[in-house]
Amino acid sequence: MLDAFASAFALIISGDAELLGIVGLSLRVSLSAVFFASLLALPVGAAVALFSFPGRSGVIVVLNALMGLPPVVAGLIVYLLLSRVGPLGPLGLLFTPTAMVIVQSLLIFPIVAALTRQIVSDLWEEYREQLTSLGASRLRAIPTLLWDGRFSLITALLAGFGRATAEVGAVLIVGGNIAGVTRVMTTAIALETNKGNLTLALALGAILMTLTLLINGFAYGVGEFSRRRYGA
Amino acid sequence: MIRTIIRFSTALLIALSLSLSVNAQERGFITIASTTSTENSGLFEDILPQFTESTGIEVRVVAVGTGQALRIGCNGDADAVLVHAPAAERQFIADGCGVDRREIMYNDFIVIGPGSDPAGIEGTETAAEAFQIIADAEAPFASRGDDSGTHKKEMSIWADAGIEPAGSWYRELGSGMGAALNTAAGMDAYIMADRGTWISFDNRQNLEILVEGDPNLFNQYGSVLVNPANHDVKHELAQEWHDWLVSEEGQAAIGAYRLRGQQLFTPNAN
Amino acid sequence: MRTMPTTLPVLLRNVVLERAGKTLLGPINLQLEASGRTVILGPNGAGKSLLLRLCHGLLSPTLGEVCCATLGSPTRAEVRRRQAMVFQRPVLLRRSAIANVTYALGLVGIRGQLARSRAMEALDLVGLASLAERSARVLSGGEQQRLALARAWVLQPEILFLDEPTSALDPGATQAIEAAINRFADNGTKIVMVTHNLGQARRLADHCLFLAGGRIVESAPAATFLAQPNSPEAAHFLAGEQGAYLKERDDDPDYYSV
Repeated sequence: MLDAFASAFALIISGDAELLGIVGLSLRVSLSAVFFASLLALPVGAAVALFSFPGRSGVIVVLNALMGLPPVVAGLIVYLLLSRVGPLGPLGLLFTPTAMVIVQSLLIFPIVAALTRQIVSDLWEEYREQLTSLGASRLRAIPTLLWDGRFSLITALLAGFGRATAEVGAVLIVGGNIAGVTRVMTTAIALETNKGNLTLALALGAILMTLTLLINGFAYGVGEFSRRRYGA
Repeated sequence: MIRTIIRFSTALLIALSLSLSVNAQERGFITIASTTSTENSGLFEDILPQFTESTGIEVRVVAVGTGQALRIGCNGDADAVLVHAPAAERQFIADGCGVDRREIMYNDFIVIGPGSDPAGIEGTETAAEAFQIIADAEAPFASRGDDSGTHKKEMSIWADAGIEPAGSWYRELGSGMGAALNTAAGMDAYIMADRGTWISFDNRQNLEILVEGDPNLFNQYGSVLVNPANHDVKHELAQEWHDWLVSEEGQAAIGAYRLRGQQLFTPNAN
Repeated sequence: MRTMPTTLPVLLRNVVLERAGKTLLGPINLQLEASGRTVILGPNGAGKSLLLRLCHGLLSPTLGEVCCATLGSPTRAEVRRRQAMVFQRPVLLRRSAIANVTYALGLVGIRGQLARSRAMEALDLVGLASLAERSARVLSGGEQQRLALARAWVLQPEILFLDEPTSALDPGATQAIEAAINRFADNGTKIVMVTHNLGQARRLADHCLFLAGGRIVESAPAATFLAQPNSPEAAHFLAGEQGAYLKERDDDPDYYSV
């Protein structure tokens, strides 16, 4: 164990180019996935919270259930879509970082959408009469509630980001773990484990955890600062 | 705000698509589907730069089990495959998925088990004989169980021994070579592995080589091109890779690769 | 000083509000005149807040209709745009005080520099100009309610509904709110306010409505009603509130210091 942390430290200090590439790709892929998934999931989650339509309960149940979508299943679906024999085959996206962003977005979307629905729902409870009184339509209320729920929504985004960075099954299938092209932290850890290189695997794991910790700490700090400033 | 979001996402998309082309060589890249054992042995890391150097073609390796590698090839998601299951490779061609199979190199399989050797297989001449003893003793045996080349080989040895392995002692793991070795080490089970993965495998615990040298454990690797008639694959570039593997230069590179001082693969292209 | 109001008077015809088969309010027949300060009084559960919400279109009646002069039902956005409401507990957006006001202006299509200067005027009116950039949620209770009033003011409503706006505030803050309400009224805005505070009713009301059990029991000029209620319920209520009021003074030795 100690060996692992020592070698993690040594790896970081050495600034190994391959390692930096892997870390960089991990962050790039997962952050992009959070961004694109949220672009859709935030308004969709808010819309489900605010509007009543036939089948709304069904949508909520499905969104909640999809939070537990097995990454391997998501990977398989995207693989079949992007494969040359699949409907999106001609795009040639399989085994590229873009494919990994797509599959991670698919995994993140239900998490962000379901949590957003919950957060916006609670906020709408509080704001409903006031916003209606001011003459805001439900559609107009969506950006208002998303903005006013921003501190809680950061947590939803972090949950999505956590899922993306921790996940290995899906990116392995659609990315192929190609050295220097689609190898990210988790697939590198899986590979080193397969080689029986447990120390290196654990060292990579320690680096991944440290990164996750830093990002969460940063988001928490920003959230707390603004919470105090805005009295949310 | 909406405009900012759109601008930001466009920038991100551009950055992302740029990141796709980071490593592309001037002549482009090919994708080959191969096996975890080849990848884990470190062979590709050693010989791919030599190939890229002499041809300007980048090779991207997707390392999976042989079954999945052939499936990826058949779907046209790779331009060539490099696997070790001659029968399956011939079937791959017969099915119209691939063309032009060439034998490249071989390594060998070994039977591994705990040093205490509870079933007593050490010293047996053939793998089939060893398997017979393990089955009779009902000693724990870990099988890849993942339709990989190694798994297919193991099944053919059980067939030679006239045994249909079943029972609580026979554990189908459904995982790659390294993962299966980790598991076998954890439960002191017998397992059949390729030598390359074994040499580079660190987490051995009690495991040792118990049976080796049986001609039946011979592990032939073959390269097959994906049929260009089916898919829009990079046939010309893949052909160069294919040719390089059997060329003097490629064969020398394979033979020169050492892992921890040991030669892993013996080139044997005709 | 105002152009002809288009949502006044507000007319309620046979309005009934039911929930889960229970009648909560009504039947009510009422006309809210175009000017003056109407104060709604009544015991807890009488339906005072529900009545305000029906008039403001936040609730729709189960039976009957609410009609705002020529423009019709207050559930229509263009009617509500000419009304405003201040709630018991102000709901402020998680942004600066001035942004809360400019947000309301944005909803009626006023943006940019014009919105800012109008918002500053409104904040100045309630004495919050110096706190304009302060986050709304960290203001004190009284400041928050004044901000809610400024937000209502800036929309220049024809009618302003207030639902016990000072019930959670100390006397000093209450006084500031009452002053602001009077300024609304002087500007020609119709005031309709629910309160529990008889002193407040005395200070502000031109006209009193007394509700009990979901019905209007009495409607009279404030001076008449507060001095000599017609119905036994109102007399009882006034006596009781008076008693509570006196008791409160007894219990609270600091009361006189305000």
